[in-house]
Amino acid sequence: MELFDFQVITSSLPEFWRGLLMTLQLTGIALLCGFAGAVPLAVARVSKNRWVSGPVAAYTYFFRGTPMLVQLLLIYYGAGQWQWMQAAWEAGHPVWLLFREPFFCALVAFGLNTCAYTIEIIAGAMRNTPHGEIEAAKAMGMSRFKALQRIVLPSALRRMLPSYSNEVILMLQGSAIASAVTLVDITGAARNVYSRHFAPFEAFVFAGLVYLVLTFLLVGMFKYAEGRWLVHLAPRKATKRKEAA
Amino acid sequence: MNHAATFERINVGDPYNSIGLYEAPQDALNDVRSAVTQGTAMNQTATVEQVRVEDLHKSYGDNEVLKGVSLSASSGDVISIIGSSGSGKSTWLRCINFLENPTSGRIVVGGKEVGLTRNRKGDLVVADPKQLQLIRTRLSMVFQHFNLWSHMTVLENVIEAPIHVLGLPKAEVLERAERYLERVGVWNLRNAYPAHMSGGQQQRVAIARALAMEPSVLLFDEPTSALDPELVGEVLKVMRSLAEEGRTMLVVTHEMGFAREVSNHVIFVHRGRVEEQGNPKEVLVRPQSERLQQFLSGNLK
Repeated sequence: MELFDFQVITSSLPEFWRGLLMTLQLTGIALLCGFAGAVPLAVARVSKNRWVSGPVAAYTYFFRGTPMLVQLLLIYYGAGQWQWMQAAWEAGHPVWLLFREPFFCALVAFGLNTCAYTIEIIAGAMRNTPHGEIEAAKAMGMSRFKALQRIVLPSALRRMLPSYSNEVILMLQGSAIASAVTLVDITGAARNVYSRHFAPFEAFVFAGLVYLVLTFLLVGMFKYAEGRWLVHLAPRKATKRKEAA
Repeated sequence: MNHAATFERINVGDPYNSIGLYEAPQDALNDVRSAVTQGTAMNQTATVEQVRVEDLHKSYGDNEVLKGVSLSASSGDVISIIGSSGSGKSTWLRCINFLENPTSGRIVVGGKEVGLTRNRKGDLVVADPKQLQLIRTRLSMVFQHFNLWSHMTVLENVIEAPIHVLGLPKAEVLERAERYLERVGVWNLRNAYPAHMSGGQQQRVAIARALAMEPSVLLFDEPTSALDPELVGEVLKVMRSLAEEGRTMLVVTHEMGFAREVSNHVIFVHRGRVEEQGNPKEVLVRPQSERLQQFLSGNLK
């Protein structure tokens, strides 16, 4: 037997391609929705009013405190346990029927999960806004909302970039558990190839390579974003500057 | 207004006079005095009270930091507030634009009394958010630690509030920004970020940012205290030139040279009270109170 049978891979490239698309769709949509939800919820999270920040804190605590796989299984298999859910399914309710779709369930689980982490990342960055900058915003006559919109959020969303890149990469790797609910993502494709050819080494090494390449691209994207939006925190470039008179 | 400080605008005609006024021969002094009376007469028609603080108290719990202080600043006044650390001078300044909420007192800005109400902690807050915003746009503050918005360039820092608070058209604000950044000598750094500049440059940007609001009063909260000694001069130079063009300024400072030569009124605060005040050329040269004598002997450069 050869050390690495390329035939196994080349013959299953279409399957891997579909798996790649599945992974990208799942993580992409989940990240977008999670981020969109995280911005307003992070504002609520840093509120001084406990009735506002408390529920958000409970939500992030639950979703950060349990494995994403458990959340996924709970949503996919657990939904059918409810009598009213089954009744809704039989009645053909357009929304609740979605909970029979593994793709939709995975999106909900991933989205809620990444949203929880992103809330804490943004909220942490907001709390670290230099106090003087908020004071200056007040002293210049900005209302609290204006200061949030013009100073606190723009500054926090830049400073969060390095930790958010971690979250995006973890989300990409974490999406591998989608195969637990019958979805064929990159890992799912590798499993299929493995069971068809009994070639675990080839299948999983190739799947790993695909994740590596994706991660490499993501890291590059974030590096570009940081170069664009985080220059104000970077050390000054060693170029000649005109000194002030 | 029995507690309020009323200024004797003694040397309005020549507040920046560096000749030894008090050693001057009698007839020269008379000349100066007649110039002063003329100046005062002229000024009184043009002079408008910009801000008045009456009997201001501020406590943090049981600790009373300000025990009834008052001041009044008319247009063109440059008032230095001096005193040792912990005397309450910064708190006083920060109460005027309500970055701190006073415990009691009255504040009048631009002839309008600020409507106050008590919050849950028992401190006074501005009742109408619109009026609070208005006060803050009329009294621009320059901070000890500059407090520039770090994610914005110099130019963005300066145009931010005029556009997004005053709602002025961008083209007009850009003109303003250029004028004021030129004025403080950092127009060439307009695209730099604050973290990439020296403290003196940052503070000059902060002054331009305050000027771009075209406020009626500039509040300076120890503007040179966080600077390296060799950078203090460039900021003081800008402040002096602002005073010379007749801007109204309240300056909390440790710079006795500035207080003596640039301001026309100096207030010495000690333990939350005004211990002594008046013309800097008198008060700082011949201090009456023992506290001020002690303070000056340790401080005067």
